[in-house]
Parts: sequence; structure tokens; C-alpha cells
Amino acid sequence: MIEQLIPILAGTLAAATPLIFAGLGELVVERTGVMNLGVEGMMLVGAIAGFAAAAETGYGVAAGLPAGALAGAATAMIFAFFALSLAANQAACGLALTIFGIGLSAFIGQNYISYSLPGLKPLPIPLLADIPLLGPVLFAQDAVVYLSLAAYAAVAWTLTKTRLGLLLKAIGESPESAHAIGYPVILIRFGAVAFGGAMAGIGGAYLSTVYTPLWVQNMSAGRGWIAVALVVFATWKPTRLLFGAYLFGFVTILQFHAQGLGIMLPVQFLAALPYLATIVVLVVISRDRRVLQNNLPASLGKPFLP
Amino acid sequence: MHSPVPRLELLGITKRYPGIVACAEVSLSVLPGEIHAVLGENGAGKSTLMKIIYGAVKADAGTILLNGHEVSIANPAQARRHGIGMVFQHFSLFETLSVVENISLVLDEPFDLPALAVRVKAVSERYGLPLDPKRMVHSLSVGERQRVEIVRCLLQDPKLLILDEPTSVLTPQAVQTLFETLRQLASEGVSILYISHKLHEIQSLCDGATIIRHGKVTGTAIPRQETAASLARMMIGRELPVCQAPAYEGEKRTVLTVEALSLISEEPFGTNLEDISFSVNAGEILGIAGISGNGQAELMAALSGETTVEKHSIHFDGEAIGHLNAGQRRNRGLVFVPEERLGRGAVPPFSLSHNALLTAHRKGMKNWGMVRYSKAREFADQCVARFDVRCGGSGDDARSLSGGNLQKFIVGREIMLKPKLMIVAQPTWGVDVGASAVLRQALVDLSRNGVAIVLISEELEELFEISDRIAVLAEGRLSAAQPRGATSAESVGLKMSGLFDETSTSQSSEVSHASA
Amino acid sequence: MHLLEPRARPSRLMRWTAPLIAIVATLLAGSLLFWSLGKPVLESFEVFFIQPMTSSYGWSELLIKACPLILIAEGLAIGFKARIYNIGAEGQLIIGALAGGGVAIYMDGSDSAWVMPAMILAGAIGGGLWGALPALLRTRFNAQETLTTLMLSYVASFILSFMVSGPWRDPEGMNFPQSIMFGDNALFAILLEGSRVNTSIYLTGAAVLAFWLFNARSFMHFQLEVGGHAPAASRYAGFSSHQTVWFSLVVSGITAGLAGVGEIAGPVGQLNLNISPGYGFAAIIVAYLGRLHALGIVLAGLLMALIYLGGEAAQVSLQMPFAITGIFQGMLLFFLLGSDVFIDNRLRRSA
Repeated sequence: MIEQLIPILAGTLAAATPLIFAGLGELVVERTGVMNLGVEGMMLVGAIAGFAAAAETGYGVAAGLPAGALAGAATAMIFAFFALSLAANQAACGLALTIFGIGLSAFIGQNYISYSLPGLKPLPIPLLADIPLLGPVLFAQDAVVYLSLAAYAAVAWTLTKTRLGLLLKAIGESPESAHAIGYPVILIRFGAVAFGGAMAGIGGAYLSTVYTPLWVQNMSAGRGWIAVALVVFATWKPTRLLFGAYLFGFVTILQFHAQGLGIMLPVQFLAALPYLATIVVLVVISRDRRVLQNNLPASLGKPFLP
Repeated sequence: MHSPVPRLELLGITKRYPGIVACAEVSLSVLPGEIHAVLGENGAGKSTLMKIIYGAVKADAGTILLNGHEVSIANPAQARRHGIGMVFQHFSLFETLSVVENISLVLDEPFDLPALAVRVKAVSERYGLPLDPKRMVHSLSVGERQRVEIVRCLLQDPKLLILDEPTSVLTPQAVQTLFETLRQLASEGVSILYISHKLHEIQSLCDGATIIRHGKVTGTAIPRQETAASLARMMIGRELPVCQAPAYEGEKRTVLTVEALSLISEEPFGTNLEDISFSVNAGEILGIAGISGNGQAELMAALSGETTVEKHSIHFDGEAIGHLNAGQRRNRGLVFVPEERLGRGAVPPFSLSHNALLTAHRKGMKNWGMVRYSKAREFADQCVARFDVRCGGSGDDARSLSGGNLQKFIVGREIMLKPKLMIVAQPTWGVDVGASAVLRQALVDLSRNGVAIVLISEELEELFEISDRIAVLAEGRLSAAQPRGATSAESVGLKMSGLFDETSTSQSSEVSHASA
Repeated sequence: MHLLEPRARPSRLMRWTAPLIAIVATLLAGSLLFWSLGKPVLESFEVFFIQPMTSSYGWSELLIKACPLILIAEGLAIGFKARIYNIGAEGQLIIGALAGGGVAIYMDGSDSAWVMPAMILAGAIGGGLWGALPALLRTRFNAQETLTTLMLSYVASFILSFMVSGPWRDPEGMNFPQSIMFGDNALFAILLEGSRVNTSIYLTGAAVLAFWLFNARSFMHFQLEVGGHAPAASRYAGFSSHQTVWFSLVVSGITAGLAGVGEIAGPVGQLNLNISPGYGFAAIIVAYLGRLHALGIVLAGLLMALIYLGGEAAQVSLQMPFAITGIFQGMLLFFLLGSDVFIDNRLRRSA
């Protein structure tokens, strides 16, 4: 049984990685009071940009992740211009970005359909990787998985321990007050949205250059939306987001091991599990209105014009 | 003796907004150590002027001189570097952060919260503004929040402190404490710009005053040498209107009884209501005093039906109605005028006739689920005419009306529903003096026609002007109502700070005797 | 950064010209796109937007694509007015199609005149139920409908995939994931000889009329708008927010479900994995582009259908991927939202 568990748990970490990147990015964005529902679109653009860069340069993931980050941030700027500079409806702008991103990535991806990339070899950490059970699960992952944990630590530290973190939270609660005491609210929100885009782009690039590693149209398959749901589930806290992502990683990976575990369900049912789990998780966290309200950035989704 | 250089001098400051001139050629000057009032009624342009000085709004024309030198103030950070501090009317604090975190956000210095906390404590004690730096702002009372704002300014060692309507959120006792702090600061050489429309406060505190009406300076004065009437004339251009309240001679029956009403607030940082009991009779105005944030919003929602409560905790006209929603209660003759006009009492982008439909649809404006828009228009036209709502007509959008005129429309609409009980919150908040007088008179007239009225207000003057009995809501609990003649502003003020336990009832009544 | 300042009063002119500005801006951005791809700009536009309308076949295809878009958008507009964001119409369409298709499959071979009405009813119920689910989650558990409707549309697509590759797979379909082709009495009758235009167009027509009347006169519509513009005013007036949520999600579910039946009993003629080329998502744009107005949506639906047709034409004549329709749709929505801002605001005069 343990023998079976190791690949499942190890796979969970890898499957959660795109969600961690995209979720952390969206978490920072929402902390400043902006709701960018375009994560799915940014992930896809990041995925194809990363794939193209990896394929064209020959540097693989080393070119793919930065390219994904840049492309994600660039598409996020379209959202930022409309939703922040023009203060247009944020929910609808996010949808527009998703529709646009799906189209753009499929458009560019047309040229890369039959390509495949070498992917990324695991990078076992000496000594730690030899610990029974924990070693192969935690310390024999690819480098990007470790990077996702570093990103988590950096975001968590910035949000709770620095003045910048305080400022982001303050702007998320009341952009009016932040403006009144002299902070450039729109500019700071632009920065947050760019960060969110870059992180979604990295998440997408991980999917296309490491996880699969192929380009398939619409390959994020709703992970961007799940990342948005995770931020709600996490009540805007990085640590809860990390655990939420692992939960989803586990549910996602389960379908590939179901047969081995003796679960005889139609593949479609297993494939639908992550989406059903998202709904369940949303219901659980939203059921008590107070839990959400006490943590919700008060200005979330509301247009702000100074 | 040569005349000292003014700390601040404004010359010809002008600011236009689409459709309105907020400030027209405003000039004023403040000396070092002077407490200078900017006096004007709601909407006169005082707040805009202060935001210009603080760099939050940019003037279209005019010059600002600090200590005799012309300066340009592009943003609040620059204003702070020039030694200007501002205490906002609607505080610019963040509820989800602690006191010291809030303060750290305006200081240009390395991020070290523990060290800052020590300084916050020191400054707050020195100026008689006790504060716990670690408390979260949402757990502070409004008065305490104001202290945070003031301490935040003081830590930047200001040369000029601006306070925008600082006493509207304070009990009479707290006002006196604030004045002592301000005098102490002035004696240390700090100039203070004190914005208010309250005449007696300005007379007791300020050394000089600049009076503004419709964005223009209408005079300067030394307040102590003026009478309230002469200041009022400069402020509104005529005498302060007085409300006529004859005795009620109709049938005295109880319309509303609230018994042991408790409510857990739905808002993240709201106040819970605890065991509230009172009753209101026909022909009577019951005033409920207290500072916002002490359960006012929750009581309002529970009475109106926006929040439903235990069925038997509210009886209206002999019927238990606690479980009914606002629409069902309105059907029974319980109407309600909320504090927020735009977005609650009226839908901003809707015309007045559509806004009439909001609550008056029950007056024959529907037929098989379809709206009879002509009826709604008729109703709105009548309301506009009867209550002197100044606007282009019932086709105007609600948001295009001034605060006073929209309030007249909302109050008028609810009166035209022929209620038995009206609940009204802050009816004259942000409304100019003329419209305020009309509104207060309308409420008195309504009550003398046999309607019971519950008036929730922060303004003691207003409560003492038109209420028959006054109760105080503090920290979610309601004091026993007392006839207006048997209480005083001081006694009500004490209760506003929550001092009305059984043990302290005798104490507070002693105070009221003492002051009588 | 600070580009705007509020107008003294909203511009009525902008309210109706904003969609036109958005269309022009989309065309300009599209030119840039064609140009950067090294395609001749004018010729590309000709292929994309003019060519489809030069033949009667093109016009009939335009109608076929516009009908479901309009039908779904009419329902979605109801919710959008109340700020209830059903973005999972695609899923409701699929479940509606499954329900209607199920009737067709089980009644295959029957010559009853009730097959078609039963399919329509089943589609409405299916779509309505798929819309009711997020309504339940929202009113009972406070779960945001934006995410739940979307997640349910993924779930719906897996159900469809399961049904057409399992229980309802055509035994003679060479193992393709598709059902049997429906019989004639399970298909809408062709209206125009030689085209695919069929009687489901009456369904859309009736819906447009019904929604137009509803929007113009009903008190329920007034309540929805109050809820959208000022939720506090809605509570103040005593309107039930639960009723609003249920109504808008179920109604938009029903229209999407009907559109699903229109597809499978129309141009598609069976259940398969490609019953909708993203109509449920495109209809969101149609609703906004049509100003959430029953008649505006008709025009917007025709334009969106043209973008679909243009995408197909571009695929054939310009060797461009069909995904270009998505790019155009996204740009159109962005520019529309951007122009809408100028209804209530104007450009700041001085910096």
C-alpha cells in the first residue's frame, strides 16, 4: 500500500505546482482589492509562450518559465488597463481576458501542435531524498516544484512581515483611504496585477514545459478557475492556499491511479472530480458567511477612481 | 511690533468640478499658534479647500504660501513633508490593521513596529490621547479612532494641523478633552485649521475664523467677539430657522413595542444588540442618541425589517412583526428613511419616478406583475410638488439631486405611504441648513398627525429640538427614554459613552442634576 | 494613470454609441493583428466580414449561429442586470441538449407528434435544473455563482462525454463518441429549402418578444435592476434577494437548455462532443454588446454570428486558425467594457 502511495503523493506535489503559482499570484492581486478572473487566460498564454520559448531557444524550461512569466504579465496589463485605468467592471474584464487568452494561445499554438519537449528531470536533494517515504515524495521533485515552495515562502513573508504587505492589505481594504494618505493606489494595483499575471504565466509554462510536456489547446483545462476558487477557499491566506493546492493536486492525480487502487468508475467521473471538489470546497468555506466576510478584502472587485 | 509671518496663507484658491464651483477665489491666513476656524454649512466647499491644502485635490488656480514662501503641494506625502497634518472627517484608517500598523503607513522611516509602538504610546500620553498601539482599529470606538488620526499627525511633528468636522463623532465630554489637546498644541506653536459648522464650538475654541458660503469667503471674524446669530448670518445669509412643535392632542396609543431585542451583527466588525426594549406612541417623536457604530445600523435594520429578528421581539400595532421583511412591514404601515440616501433610500441612476416605485409600488402601481409607469410618475410628481423637491422634474436621476433635495423626496415618498410609524436615521446629515429645517418641520408635522416616529441621530441639537423623549444607544444597549425636559446634553453625553448600568443610573442622574 | 473624471450626468449618447466604438476599435486592433501576421489587411477583412454575407447560404448560416447566441444572451442578460454572473451557460446548454437528446433517443422510431414538444420541454427542464443547482448553492450556502456555474459547465461536458461514449453511443458509429442520428420527427423542420435554417428560429423569436415585454413592463425586472444597481436599496424595499438569484439562474438555464435542443435537433442532428462551439461563453459578450436590451441583443447576436462565420472563412481562405474568433471576441468585450466607462465618466481635462 505504501509503495502505491509514494507515486500518488509525489504526483500530487507536481500536479499542485501550477495551482500554487497561479493561486499565489491571484491571492496577491485580490489582497489589493482587485479580482482578476482572467487567470485561465493568462495561464494559457504563459503556457504557449513558455512552450514556444523552450522549443525555439533550445534552453528548455530555463527559457520557458521566464517567457511564461513575461507573457502572463503582459496579458495581465491588458486587464489592468481596462479594469484599473478605466475602472471597467472587473469580473467582465477578467472574462474577456480569459476568452482572449484561450483564443490567442490556440492561435499561436497552432504551430506547435506536434512538438514535444524533453521536460525536466527530478532533482533529488542529497541525503534528504533517501529518507524513506518522505524522501521520494518531498525531496526528489523537479526544480520548479521547489521553486513553487520558495514562491510560497516569499509571498507569505512579504504579506505578513513587511511594510509592502501591510500596504497591499490596506489598499485592499480601502483604496480611498490609501489614496487620501497619499499612496499611488492604481500604480500599486498595476504592480500586483502584473505579479499575478507573471505567476499565472509561470504556472502555465510549468504545465506545458514540464508537467505534460506538450502543447495542447486549452491545456490548463480550468486550472485557472480552480486557482481563483482556491484563493477564496484559502480565505486569502498563503498557507491555506498551499494546502488547498495539494488537496486539488491529490484529487487530480487520483484519476491516474484509480485503477491501481481498485476504484472502478468511469474515467469521465474521475476527470470531473477536481471540478466537483471545487464546488464542494466553495460550499464548505462560504457556508458561514462570517468566515468569508472577516477575511475578504473589503474593496474586492469594486471599481476605484481616485 | 511687526506683524508675524503667517504660517499658512491662501490667495485666490479656485476649484471647479463639472457643473459646480467648489471654491471661488478663497483667501485666508493662519498665524503660528493660532486656532483658526473655517466656518460654513454643509456643501459650502470647506472640505475641498482642506483637501487642496493637503495635496489630495489640485486647485485650478491660486497660491499657497507656507511661512511666507510659495509652495506647490502635489500630494499628501509632500504636504506631510511641509509639516501639514490632517485629521479626516471620514477617517482614513484601515480597520483590519492595528493602531501602530496604521500609523506606520504614513511615516517615511524604516519599518520597525515595536519601536514605533513605544513612540505612539509616549505621544498619546503626552497629549492626553490614551491609545493601545496593538489594538485593531475595528475594535476602537469612533472617538478612539480620531485619537489614532491625531496621534498619527503628531508623530510627524506638524506645524499646521487640519481637523475636518472633528466633533461630529464625539460626546460632549470628549469634545472638551479634544479642545484641551488642541489648546495645548496651539500653545506649543502649532497652527490649527478647524473646520466646522457648529457655532458654539468655534466660539469657545477658535482665535479667528474665515466664513465660507457657496465656495466664496463671506467674511472673517474673531468668534469670541461675535454672537451666534451674527456668525449664522455670515454662514447662511440669514437667521437660523427654528422648528415649531405644538403639543400633540390626538389619541395616545402605543404603536411600536420592542421587547428584549437582541441581535448578532451581520457585519464583520458590527455591534451586537443586547436586550433592547422601548415603546413609541402615536403623535410622539422618540429620539435615539448615540455615536454611529454603537449598534445604530443594526437597530435600524432590525426595526425596518432589512434584518429579520425573533418574531415576538417587535410588536407593531398589536401584531408581532419581528420575522417580517421590510416590504411586509411597509405593507402594515411601518416606513423607514435610511441614513444613506444614494444606494439605499434611492437607486442612484434611476429617475425619481422609478424611485417612487421602489416603495410606493403598493399604491396601485402594479397590475398582474406589470408596472403602471404612469401611476409612478404621477406619484413622483406629487411628491416633488408637495415637499418642494428642487429638481428638473420626476424624470431626473436620483443622483443628480443635492443631498437635501433627495432627502426631501425620500421622506416625502415615505410620508405619502400614509404610515403609522416612521423610522428615520440621520435625516439632516450633510444637508444644508434650509433643507434641514424643512425636514425637521416635516417630521414634527407628521408626528402631530398621529404618526409615531423613531429618530436615530448623532446630532444632539437636532434631538433636543424635535424629540419628545430621548434614549441613548451605546455599545449595543439602549438606555431608558427620558422626556426631553427631564434630561440634558451632558447627561445624554455621559450615557453616550456607555455609562448607564443600573449602578451608574443614579450617578448619571446626579450629574444631570448638577448641571441643571 | 488617472485618466477619468465623472460626468455631471451620464451620457445617453455614449450608452448607445459605446458598442459602435467598441466594434470600430476591434476592427482597428484586428487590422493590426492581420498586418502583424503579414496578411493583407483589407483582403482579410473582406474574407472575414463581407464574404459571408455575399451569398444566401452565408445569410442562412448567419441565422443558424445567431439564434442560439441570441436565445442564451436574452436569458443571461436577466441575471447580469441583477449582477448575477452566470458564466456557465455552456454547461446548461449541454445538459439541455442531453435531456432533449435523451428524449429523441428513447423515442427513436416513434412517429408521435409529441417527440419535438417533449424534447423542447426536456431541454428547458434540463437547462433549468443545471441553473437551479448554482442557485441553490448560492442561496443556501452563499457560494459564488460565478465559480460554481463555470465548474458545473466542466462537469456537464464530462457527463456529455460519458453519455455519448457509453450508454447513448451509436452502436453503428464505429466507436466514435456520438449518438445515433435523430429521426425526422426529432428534428426541427427546415424552413428554407437548401439551407439549414429551421423552425427553431420561432423559438428564439418568441423568446425575444417575451423578454422584450418582460424587460419593458414587469415589476420583476424592476426588482432585478434595483438589485444590480443598489443591493442595499433592494433590501430596503424588501425585495427578496433569493428570489432574484433563483429567477435569473433558472431562466438563463432554461434559455441555454433550449438553445442546446435547437442545436442537436437542428444543425447537429445528434449528440456528440461538438454540439456547441462555445456559444455559452460568446453569449456573455452578446448580452453586454446588446446593452442587456432584448432588441439590442438581436443585433449583437447577428454580429457575433458573423465573427464565427468569419473565423470559419478565414480558416479556409487565409489558413488562419479558427481560434482567431476567440481573439476577436475577447477584444470586442474589452473594448466594449472600456467604452462603457465613458457613459458615466469623461477624460480628465487637466493632468
